[in-house]
Amino acid sequence: MNDSSQTPLLKLSGITKVYPSVVANDGVDLEVSAGEIHAVLGENGAGKSTLMKIIYGVSEPDAGTIHWRGDELSIRSPAHARSLGIGMVFQHFSLFETLTVVENVSLAVPGSLPELSKNIEEAAERFGLMVNPQARVQSLTVGERQRVEILRCILQKPELLVLDEPTSVLPPSGIEQLFKTLKMLAREGYGIIFISHKLDEIRALCDTATILRQGKVTGRVDPKEETNASLTQLMVGRDVEEVRAARATEPGDELLQVVNVNYRPNDPFASSLEQVNLSLRAGEILGIAGVSGNGQQILAKLLAGEVQLPAIDGEILLKGRSIGGDGVISRRQSGLQYIPEERLGRGAVPGMSLAHNGLLTGHLAGLSAKGFISFSGIRNFATSAIDDFDVRCGGHSSEAHSLSGGNLQKFIVGREINLEPEVLIVAQPTWGVDVGAAAAIRKRLLALRDAGVAILVISEELSELFEVCDRLQVMFRGQMSQSVDAVDTDRNRIGLAMTGEFSALGEHKIESVVAHA
Amino acid sequence: MRSIRLEPRAEQSLLASFLVSGSAILLTLLAGSMLFVFYGKSPVAGFHAFFVEPLQTQYGIGEVLLKMTPLLLIAQGLAIGFRARIWNIGAEGQLILGAIAAGTVAIWFETSDSLFLLPGMIIVGALAGMAWAGIAAWLRVTFNANEILVTFMLSNIALQLLYYLVTGPLRDPQGFNFPQSVTFSDAAMFSILLEDTRVSTALIIALVASIAAWIFVRRSMLGYQLIVGGLAPAAAQYAGFSAKRTIWISLLIGGAAAGIAGVGEVSGPLGMLQRNISPGYGYAAIIVAFLGALHPIGIIFSSALMALIYVGGDYARLSIGLPSAVTTIFQGMLLTFYLASSLLLSYKIRFSDPRVAIQRSPAS
Amino acid sequence: MMDPIIFVLAGTLAAGTSMLFAAMGELVAEKSGVLNLGVEGMMAVGAAAGFVTVATTGSHSLGFLVGALTAGLLSLVHAILVTVFLANQVASGLAVGILGLGVSAAIGKNFEGTTVEPLAKLDIPLLSDFPVIGPGLFSQDIMVYLAMLLAFGIWFLMNRTKPGLIIRSIGESPAAAHALGYRVLLIRALCVLFGGAMAGIGGAYLATAYTPLWAEGMVAGRGWIVVALIVFGTWIVPRIVLGAYLFGAVTLLELSIQAMGLNIPSQLLSASPYIITIIVLAVISRNKTLISLNSPVSLGQTFKAGS
Repeated sequence: MNDSSQTPLLKLSGITKVYPSVVANDGVDLEVSAGEIHAVLGENGAGKSTLMKIIYGVSEPDAGTIHWRGDELSIRSPAHARSLGIGMVFQHFSLFETLTVVENVSLAVPGSLPELSKNIEEAAERFGLMVNPQARVQSLTVGERQRVEILRCILQKPELLVLDEPTSVLPPSGIEQLFKTLKMLAREGYGIIFISHKLDEIRALCDTATILRQGKVTGRVDPKEETNASLTQLMVGRDVEEVRAARATEPGDELLQVVNVNYRPNDPFASSLEQVNLSLRAGEILGIAGVSGNGQQILAKLLAGEVQLPAIDGEILLKGRSIGGDGVISRRQSGLQYIPEERLGRGAVPGMSLAHNGLLTGHLAGLSAKGFISFSGIRNFATSAIDDFDVRCGGHSSEAHSLSGGNLQKFIVGREINLEPEVLIVAQPTWGVDVGAAAAIRKRLLALRDAGVAILVISEELSELFEVCDRLQVMFRGQMSQSVDAVDTDRNRIGLAMTGEFSALGEHKIESVVAHA
Repeated sequence: MRSIRLEPRAEQSLLASFLVSGSAILLTLLAGSMLFVFYGKSPVAGFHAFFVEPLQTQYGIGEVLLKMTPLLLIAQGLAIGFRARIWNIGAEGQLILGAIAAGTVAIWFETSDSLFLLPGMIIVGALAGMAWAGIAAWLRVTFNANEILVTFMLSNIALQLLYYLVTGPLRDPQGFNFPQSVTFSDAAMFSILLEDTRVSTALIIALVASIAAWIFVRRSMLGYQLIVGGLAPAAAQYAGFSAKRTIWISLLIGGAAAGIAGVGEVSGPLGMLQRNISPGYGYAAIIVAFLGALHPIGIIFSSALMALIYVGGDYARLSIGLPSAVTTIFQGMLLTFYLASSLLLSYKIRFSDPRVAIQRSPAS
Repeated sequence: MMDPIIFVLAGTLAAGTSMLFAAMGELVAEKSGVLNLGVEGMMAVGAAAGFVTVATTGSHSLGFLVGALTAGLLSLVHAILVTVFLANQVASGLAVGILGLGVSAAIGKNFEGTTVEPLAKLDIPLLSDFPVIGPGLFSQDIMVYLAMLLAFGIWFLMNRTKPGLIIRSIGESPAAAHALGYRVLLIRALCVLFGGAMAGIGGAYLATAYTPLWAEGMVAGRGWIVVALIVFGTWIVPRIVLGAYLFGAVTLLELSIQAMGLNIPSQLLSASPYIITIIVLAVISRNKTLISLNSPVSLGQTFKAGS
C-alpha cells in the first residue's frame, strides 16, 4: 500500500454554511476513501443537501476547508467538481426527457454518439445497468432513468460518486439491483457517498455512516454494528413515539367506491389506469402502495374530480351516488376533500398569504358570500388551521413559500380537516416533512379515522403505510391489486407486489369490489 | 471586491412597486434626453415641450385627460387578464369593433334624440368588443390556439373591416367620397365634462371602471380565482377553478373595456366613424397596465403618464419639430425599463462580501 | 406578360424569403426556450437600417450587414431583459417590438417614399434554362438561395450537431443543462441575438430586394406571422419552410386577385393573411400531442441560475 491510497479521496473539515434564517451546516467533518461506501444520514432539513451542494460546487461554504486527494482547494462549480472527478446522481433526475439516452450522455461526456453508444453498452454490461442507448428517456421507467443517470456519471470516469436518496424511486427489487451495482463499483475503487434517511438500507450497504442533526455531526459509526433504534437516536436526538394504533371501531358504511375504472390518455408517455377497483368505508384507512409513476397521480386526480367522465370510463360512487362526471367543487361540497402530494404550487399558491391560501378550498366553508370575500372570515379560517396544527409561521399574512415543507403541509392538512371531510384523500402525507410534523400528521389521520372519516392514503413509504393503514392495495403500471388487511401481510409481500407480483399478496381475502357494487 | 446577489422577497412590498415605476420613468427620461440630443435639441427644451407645455393650458390638460380616458379603461380590463396570464394584446381591434358597432347604431338612428341612444351604444359597443375578444377565447378553449397571436391577428382584421365599412356601406353619401360616416346626432354623443376642452363624461365611466376593477381584484371570489389561475395554474386546477372560465372571463372583460373605449372615441372627440379611430391606444394600454403594476390604482397614474406622452409628443412635434416616432420610442422605453426595474419587485438586490456570499451561479 | 405559373413560382419564393429568414432565427431562439414576440419590430429596424444603408452606400451586402447588426442590437435588449433581469418573455418581447417600430420610423424618416436599386437576379446556369421551372425557381436573387441554405443549415445544426443538442437541451430543461455546467443564460442570449439578426436580414430583404422602397410600417404584420409560423411548423424546419412559402403565396394571391380585377373588396384581401393565420393556427394547435411533442418544454419560462 502506498501513501496515496491512505489519503482519503475527499476530506471536509469544519464546513459551516449559514443561510439568512438557519445554520445549515455547522462545523461538519467528513472523510471518504476510495472503495468506501459512506452514508450521510439525517432527517429532512438536517443539512444533507446543503453539504452535497458544497461537495458538488453548487454552494460555497462560509467556513471550513475541503481537501481533495490531499490537496486543499475550493470547488468552484459543478463543472469544476466533475473535472476533479466528483460525479453526482440527483434525487430528482436531471435527464432530458425528449432526448435519447446516448444524447443525454453526450451532453456530459465527450465523444461521438456511436462511440458513446458502445461505451454505454460496455459499462451497462459490466455493472448490470442494462439500458438501450437509443431509447428516448421519456419512454423509460423510473428505474431505467436512474441507471442512465448512474451510467452518465460513471462514463465521466469519476473517483467519487454521490447519490442523493437514490432508492426513493425504486421498488424493493430495484433497490437490490442498485446495491449490487454500488458494491461492484466500490470494489473497482470508486468512493461512494450515499445519502439517505432509510436505516435498513444504510445498514445493509454502507461501510461508514456520518449522521447529521440540525446541521451538526452527531455520530460517525459503522452502521452494520448499529440498530435502527440507535441510529434513530443519533438522527432525531430522542425516541420517536410509535404512532401505530389499533382500529378502534369496526368500519361503517361504504362511502367511496371505484368500479372498473379505465383511463387511457392521448399522450403515450403518461400513465394509464386499467380496471381499477377499490372500496372505502367510514372509519378505516386504506393505503395505496406502489412506486411513484404507476398511476397513483392520475388515480388521485380522478377521485378528486380534476379528471372526469368521459375522459375516464367506469364508475365512481360517493355515498352510493355516481359522481364520475362531477367537478372538484361539487365533490368537495359532497364531503370529499383531498390533500395533494405537491404542496407548493398545487396545494398552496406560493406567493399568496396563508389567509388567501385558506380560501383556495375554504371558500366552501362560507368564506365568500354572494361572490365577495369575507376578509375576517379568511383570517379566522387560516388562523384556526394554524393554531390547530401548531404551524410555525408569522401568522395568516405569511406567504406560503416562506414556510418550511413540514409547516406548509400541516397548514394544508389543517385546512382540509377544517372542511370536515367525510372522505379524505391524502397523497404522500409526510413527503419531505420532518419527523415531528410527520408524527403529528399521522396521529391526526388516525384520530379522524376513529371519528368515522373514510381515508385513502397514497404513499411510497411502506413504513408509513404500515403505521397508519388498516388495509392495503398495491398499484403497478396502472393496475390495482386486491385489498389485504395490513395485519395479514408484511413488507416483503407488499414489496414483491410493487413489482407486479400481485399473487404475492396471497389468495386469501379476495375482496372483490364489484361484489359490493 | 463585492458581489451582487438576488434574494427572493418574503412579502411583496408596496414601496418596491413605487420604486420600480419611478425608476422606469427616471431611466426613460435619461435615455430620452440622449434621444433629444441625437435630434439636435436641448433636453431641457425637449422635456419642456413634452411634459410641461401640455400642462400649462386648460386645453392641454383637457387633451391629456381626453387621451387618458381610453387608456385607463382598456388597461383596467387588460390588467385583469394579465394577472391571470391571459395575454390579450388585441385591445386595439376590440376597440375598433366597439366603435363600429356603436357607430352603426348611431348611423341607423341618425335623427334620434332619445336619451337611450348613447347608453344603448355603450352596451352594443361593449358587446361587440366582447364578441371580438370572445373569438380568441373560443379558439383558445376549443382549439388551444395561442391567444396572443389570435388577438393580434384579429386586430388587423378589425382594421380592414373598418376600412371596408367607411369606404362602403357606412360611408356618408353626401361626404364627397371621403372615407367617413355621417356625423353623429347629439343624442349619440358623450357630453363635455370640462368647458373649453374635449374631455367627455366617458372619463367618468373610466374612473368608475377603475373602482369596479379594484373591487373585483381585491374582494370578489371570481377575481381571486383569476389571480390563482395566473400565479399557480396547478393550484387552480386542484381547487376546481375552471381554466376555461378564466380564459373566457379574462378576454371578455378586456374586450368589453376596449369596446366601451371605442364608443368613447367615436361618440367623443371624433363624432363619426372614420379610418383613424385610435392612435394605438390598444397597444399603449398594454404598457399602461404593466407600468401600473397591474394594480387598479397604479393604472390610474400610469394612464395619465402615457396620455401625457401622447399629448407631449404632439406638442414636441409642433414646437420643436421632433418626429412622431419619438412618442413610440418613449412608449417602448418605458416598458423596457419597467421590466428591467421589476427585478426589484420579486427580489432584493444585496451587495455582499464574497466571503459571506451564499449563492453563486456558475452559469453567470 | 409573364407566364402566370412562372410568376407564381418566382413570386412565392421571393415573397416567402423575408419570413423564412426571420422564422429560422425565431426557431433557434425558441428552441433555446426564449419566446420573442418582438420579431415585427426587429424586422422593421432591419428594414429601415438596411434600406438607409443601401440608399446611401449603394451596397446591398452592407445593407444586410447593417440590418442584421441593428436588429441584433435590439434583440440583445430582449435577451438581457429575459436572462439577466428575469423579465416575463411576453412583456419583454412586446416592449422591444414597440421600441423597434419607433426606432425604425425614426431611422427611415428622411427616406419616406424613396426607392433603391433592387438586388440583382442570379440565373443558375443550366437549371434556369429549363422551361417554366427554370425562370420560376432558378432565376432569383442570391438571398432567396441563401434563405434555403440557411434553413438547411439550421436543420443540420439542430438535429445533427452538438451545439444543436445543447440548445435543445436548454430549451427542454434549463435547470438540468445548468447542472451539467452549460452556460444557460449566455447560450439563450446568443440564440436570441441570432434570432434578432436573422429578423433584421429578413426585414432588410423586404426593403431592399422584395419591394425596394421605404414606407413606414412596411413589414406589415409579417413579424407576427413568423411567430405563428413556428407554431404551424410545430418547431420542425421543413414544415416551417413550407409555411413561409405558403404565406408568400398568400401575399401573392392578394396581388394577383387585385390585378385580375375581381370584385372582391381589397380590405378582405388585405385581411386574408391574418384570417388564414387564425384558421391554420386553430387547426394545428387542436392537436395537442403534436404541439407538446415538439415544442420546447421550457418555452416562455424564466430561468434563474443558482437557486
